Amino acid sequence: MYTQALNQPETGPNAAEDAARLARFEARIDAEERIEPNDWMPEAYRRTLIRQISQHAHSEIVGMLPEGNWITRAPSLRRKAALLAKVQDEGGHGLYLYAAAETLGVTREELVAQLLSGRAKYSSIFNYPTLTWADIGAIGWLVDGAAIMNQIPLCRTSYGPYARAMIRICKEESFHQRQGYEIMLTLCRGTPEQKAMAQDALDRWWWPALMMFGPPDSESAHTAQSMRWKIKRFTNDELRQQFVDATVPQGHYLGLTFPDPELRFDPATGHWRFGAIDWEEFRRVLAGDGPCNRERLETRRRAHDEGAWVREAALAHAAKRRARAAAQKIAAE
Amino acid sequence: MTTIAVAETALTLGLLRLADTALVHAHRLSEWCGHAPMLEEDLALANIALDLIGQARALYTYAAEIEGAGRTEDDLAYRRDAPQYRNVLMAELPKGDFAFTILRAFFLAAQAEPLWRATAASRDATLAAIAAKAAKEAAYHLRHAGEWVIRLGDGTAESRRRMLDAFAVLWPYTGELFEADAADRALIEDGILPDPAVLRPQWDAAVDRVFAEADLARPADRWMQSGGRSGRHTEHLGHMLAVMQHLPRAYPGATW
Amino acid sequence: MTETPMPLWEVFIRARTGLAHRHVGSVHAADAEMALQAARDTYTRRGEGLSIWVVPSAAITASDPADKDMLFEPTASKPYRHPTFYTVPDEVGHM
Repeated sequence: MYTQALNQPETGPNAAEDAARLARFEARIDAEERIEPNDWMPEAYRRTLIRQISQHAHSEIVGMLPEGNWITRAPSLRRKAALLAKVQDEGGHGLYLYAAAETLGVTREELVAQLLSGRAKYSSIFNYPTLTWADIGAIGWLVDGAAIMNQIPLCRTSYGPYARAMIRICKEESFHQRQGYEIMLTLCRGTPEQKAMAQDALDRWWWPALMMFGPPDSESAHTAQSMRWKIKRFTNDELRQQFVDATVPQGHYLGLTFPDPELRFDPATGHWRFGAIDWEEFRRVLAGDGPCNRERLETRRRAHDEGAWVREAALAHAAKRRARAAAQKIAAE
Repeated sequence: MTTIAVAETALTLGLLRLADTALVHAHRLSEWCGHAPMLEEDLALANIALDLIGQARALYTYAAEIEGAGRTEDDLAYRRDAPQYRNVLMAELPKGDFAFTILRAFFLAAQAEPLWRATAASRDATLAAIAAKAAKEAAYHLRHAGEWVIRLGDGTAESRRRMLDAFAVLWPYTGELFEADAADRALIEDGILPDPAVLRPQWDAAVDRVFAEADLARPADRWMQSGGRSGRHTEHLGHMLAVMQHLPRAYPGATW
Repeated sequence: MTETPMPLWEVFIRARTGLAHRHVGSVHAADAEMALQAARDTYTRRGEGLSIWVVPSAAITASDPADKDMLFEPTASKPYRHPTFYTVPDEVGHM
């Protein structure tokens, strides 16, 4: 529980963070202690956390859209219920994460405004379109699979509220990847048309899924400091390799081919080696020129704008009730 | 995949009316997922939709079992065309704004809650078990939607105007919730489903209570829309099913 | 451009009979009933709870971490509050 009054970031001259406090903070990090909302923390740590947690929250919220695109077309009632529950979970995860970021002294409204104005980033994977039902399988299998690789280490991240949100999220997400893989398996065991649909989805989602781990360590702007402060626990490249090693055999079990002619098993290291990632595409999509960037943000803006009168009404009604209760109390006295 | 029609006895027809209303309403609610006015409400509407999908699945499965033609819940949901659907018209109207969605959910829950509560004592044991579970779900839907009707009715000038607009559109569809034809009467006489005439006062009481708090007035009773329960629908259902049934129809015989 | 913030509420859930309510997270809501329902819809989707408390975040007074030493250190020097401080011969049995 996080008393808002104590959560204001420090301002003014005392923000000159003295060496003693910083040393104590870093000693706590080294001792694997969790940092809690009202504890002293360097401004850069707070800013990094707000950026990372809110980007993560935005990704969950924008991530509802590509899969939400198929809720009304899910091909069986069982799939419909599972997909709706999964997309709903993503909304819940966005909610937990916004709340974790709010403990650092920002409001959800500010964070949402950053997203809608285009100032905040979200995972660029969600700027790709879902064109067939197999994309729902591929997203669950690959995108959620990659997300879990990223998220499990975050359950031990140094900031308490973030770590607790991630524990809850990881627990809930365990069904997401299985749901996706089951869809892929059903398609691959189905008609030739269905199998072709599954292969096409893998062809389109594989490389964007690898990009989800972020730029290579050699180019990652934030990795070193975030590792030092145990906000991140593994580097982008380490996690990417873990993902490839786990996923390639799963794809082969499906009888699918990965769209990478250089993919091969290296018995010396026990790792699957993969070809070069097109970082040009990554940067382009991140910068706004992906297939769906404009639509995704527009959809979020529309939902936000069209919901404004509802939020206003709820606040207005609550204020009226409070006023009436107060008037009754005065009348009774 | 050919279109099917269920051989309708009083019981299968009664089950389809309940199941189709639940599924079609769930479909409309699910259209909000990712687009709700606030995150908390995104989760709430999805929860209601999931409850309704669960009810529909149980009812379809039972209807298929009684029919005895070897069909599944998905055959009934995905292979009947609009004229075979038996839902009330209110459920199929397009999603509209949040006021419309909430008022519709409120009207339907205010009917479903006493209906399921009474049906929990049905002489049909399978239906009674489905109803006992659904009654608890409907009670929460009623509470959630009712609170929002009050908030929006007694919120800002705009929310009140939108609530009144929704009200004007939806009110003529409320009569169909309490109709009883020969098939319904057969089920009532057999103690399988309750008499809508018994449910009506409970619906009225729920509506009056919420409307009083929301400062909304009921209009004088007037002409009511009808037809969904016997397969004569609005133009909207065909479009909804075209979307919903697209995949099974485009790939006949495939398993998903 | 930032709109009026929707109040924040802290959510406490009792998972089973006999356990205490435990903090599980937060929701935004205009009033208490809305907060209660949001808490139900957000935090009990997998059968996690039997009872919910919601408390306006602004109503919570928290201790300041800077006071940690003053508040919590003094108890460290009072071992006589713990049963292991006292010696009872084994022959006496469990006490």
